[in-house]
Amino acid sequence: MLPILFVMPVIQLLVLSFAATYELKEVDFALLDMDQSRVSRELAAKFQSTGYFNLQAETFDRNKAMEWLDAGRVSLIIIVPPDFEEDLTNGREAPVQLIIDAVDGSTAGLIQSYSASILNDLNAEKQLELKIKSADPAVVQAKTINLIPQNWYNPDLDYITFMVPGILVVLVSMIGLFLSGMNIVREQEIGTIEQLNVTPIRKYQFMVGKLLPFWIIGMFDLLVGLALARYGFHIPFLGNLATILVVAGIFLVVIQSLGLLISTMTNTQQQAMFIAWFIMVVFILLGGLFTPIESMPGWAQNITLANPVAYFIKIMRMVLLKGAGWQEIQVMVYTLIGMGSVLLMVSINRYKKTTG
Amino acid sequence: MSELAIQTENLTRKFGEFTAVDNISFDVKQGEIFGFLGANGAGKTTAMKMLTGLLNPTSGSATVSGSDVYTQAETIKKNIGYMSQKFSLYDDLTAEENIQFYGGIYGISDQDLSPKIDEVLESVSLGSVRKQLVRSLPLGWKQKLAFSIAILHQPKIVFLDEPTGGVDPVTRRQFWEKIYQVSDRGITVFVTTHYMDEAEYCDRISIMVDGRIDALGTPDELKESFSSDSIENVFIKLARSATRGDG
Repeated sequence: MLPILFVMPVIQLLVLSFAATYELKEVDFALLDMDQSRVSRELAAKFQSTGYFNLQAETFDRNKAMEWLDAGRVSLIIIVPPDFEEDLTNGREAPVQLIIDAVDGSTAGLIQSYSASILNDLNAEKQLELKIKSADPAVVQAKTINLIPQNWYNPDLDYITFMVPGILVVLVSMIGLFLSGMNIVREQEIGTIEQLNVTPIRKYQFMVGKLLPFWIIGMFDLLVGLALARYGFHIPFLGNLATILVVAGIFLVVIQSLGLLISTMTNTQQQAMFIAWFIMVVFILLGGLFTPIESMPGWAQNITLANPVAYFIKIMRMVLLKGAGWQEIQVMVYTLIGMGSVLLMVSINRYKKTTG
Repeated sequence: MSELAIQTENLTRKFGEFTAVDNISFDVKQGEIFGFLGANGAGKTTAMKMLTGLLNPTSGSATVSGSDVYTQAETIKKNIGYMSQKFSLYDDLTAEENIQFYGGIYGISDQDLSPKIDEVLESVSLGSVRKQLVRSLPLGWKQKLAFSIAILHQPKIVFLDEPTGGVDPVTRRQFWEKIYQVSDRGITVFVTTHYMDEAEYCDRISIMVDGRIDALGTPDELKESFSSDSIENVFIKLARSATRGDG
């Protein structure tokens, strides 16, 4: 069992960090080029040269292309209407149609914005050519406002930088919640709890004995994970490592107390496992790991206020990636301390040496 | 300090409508070996759990070594040892580690504990397997280890719930020798058993039927009053009157 506890988090970190990606790669598209002009060929070439798009097939039959989309052979259809080049060079509106498979909304959004920026690029180039050619003042004035975004804290928009701190939190939470959730109920199942209950052991001593070993394992796993994040994934460590460790220590107590509470409320390990899973899934989905909390509906955002995992993920990202200090995170830390104290007291109280 | 180790009066425990222990009253004198007999489901274990502070009584009163079971359960726990019907030490620790663990819980200091571990292991002749996981030991040996842990902290009273269940006759005999030794040291022994020959070894016995104590006295007294030649026959006479099914 012990090796599993240490190997599992490392594997989890490695696999999830690479797999849970939002980056767009190799989007297959179909091209309906009705224009067959120099510009339309340029457009297709531009899409392919980005490395994100891959020309899967060309056709003149719209229905055929739609079939491919239905079958999942392509995720994007680019339709260039006839007279595209002519319209463009004469300063008229020259539309291009994109049909995107939006079953996965976030991928569709990405395809759209990538495509838009490629088309913008092309547009700008053509405008420039046009301007030079004609020197028509009306066309020269048709300048667009160009946004050049600068991404702070994660300049390359590297998803690994974003995911790894969050995944670390999930992994520590799993260890905390599951190990302590199984704990007391297991002793109850095998009967060893009875021998303990006839001893003069104090309830808090018992609980500390239950918390401490898994707390140490959790902290150790976190350290391994942080080392991997720093030296394996080259995640920037802008903030203070000690801050992270202190918060992690508090967070582990919160999550373990919750586990112990589950353990005192259930009669079998199966029940405990089931409840722990349920809570874990809610914590992860409402934790801001995959989807930003800010874009959740109001009621869901309110639920995340009671989610310790959400706080810790936020703190991790703030401290590691933005270099946040105590000032910025203190309210969240106090909230965690509050949660931990309540949960710990309730679970100590729930554990009864004498049954009623 | 009273002369009585255990004193109960109309002690009752109900589980919903079911009365597991029905108004039992008895005293156990200090230093005595008190046998607690009864068919399966008669209420022995429930009664014992109330006396060891594992279960709250529904009504009635009881004191164990002078402490009240309702209000001073934790004081009682300092003064008693307990050996459960089901083996309840840690299977994944060695014999030695189990003793260390419980020694620590009972607050025995480290320098007192290490000679004590040797002494305890020798006294139940488990010295040779002290480094072995308890899981790998035969049942009889596990029971001996459980017994020695129950008396590790020199309790005033030791509660043994079917200590010899499933144990071979030789080990059973050794067990009773240990029980006598403990009793000689002045420790009160409260023991439940299914073996009627063992009942004869007790100073006094009580027989529970359907949650009540139907007979109480020395083995000889009981044999006389039920005009039987053995405790077994006394037991069978009483147990036949039981209305609760076996188990």
